[in-house]
Amino acid sequence: MPVVRIPSVLRKHTDGEPRIETEGATVREVVDALVTRFPELRERLLEDGEIRGFVNVYVDDEDIRYLDGMDTEVAGADEVAIMPAVAGGDR
Amino acid sequence: MNTSGEMLPDPFTIPDQETRVSDDTPDEAFRLDRATFDAMVEHASSDFPYEVCGLLGVRPDGSIEHWEIANDERSMTYYRMNGKEQLQAMREIEDNGWDLAIYHSHTHTEAYPSRTDVELAVYPEATYLIVSLQDRDQPEVRGFHILEGEISEVPVHVT
Repeated sequence: MPVVRIPSVLRKHTDGEPRIETEGATVREVVDALVTRFPELRERLLEDGEIRGFVNVYVDDEDIRYLDGMDTEVAGADEVAIMPAVAGGDR
Repeated sequence: MNTSGEMLPDPFTIPDQETRVSDDTPDEAFRLDRATFDAMVEHASSDFPYEVCGLLGVRPDGSIEHWEIANDERSMTYYRMNGKEQLQAMREIEDNGWDLAIYHSHTHTEAYPSRTDVELAVYPEATYLIVSLQDRDQPEVRGFHILEGEISEVPVHVT
């Protein structure tokens, strides 16, 4: 079962845990298990059931946007990393 | 407050659910060795007029690991870190327990967080460093903490 890497900004909603073991065959199932266990994560990670645009999710090192999105399979993967994008500008 | 005096929450702060953490202790200085400072300025100059971005991992002994990260936007006014490079660097920083600094360059404006910088800041533990090339002869690096939309400056000491 893959381990979900939780970014520091969200750890206050996972009792401080930086890595969570979850169950699920796809990213969607893993995220559902995560937000069921830690309900405060739901509105922070998801909008209309999809991962919010500025939050990057990787299965091992691949961005799920380039795989199958939330239907990406995670069986056999080591890590699902949730990592908010770093962005900004000068205005 | 941003430069217009407005409070901007970050995307993970849900209004009415979170109490603002007030921290009156002055921010400790961020120690930046001269070699890393020069490398950051060099990096910022290398892709001028486009903005550059990168990450620093600060070890307990103060030494710094520096990653230049591709700016996927390649814009003069906006940056977005290449996700894969960001992931690999941040994973190393986190797994080693190093302190995190996030830097980017302002090519034409001062080294102060813009409204966009504040709205998109979601790493509360990071020191946000801005390299300004507004004066090409005197590049400047300033540091900040950005917590729930509030900016507090962190003095940067170049050693």
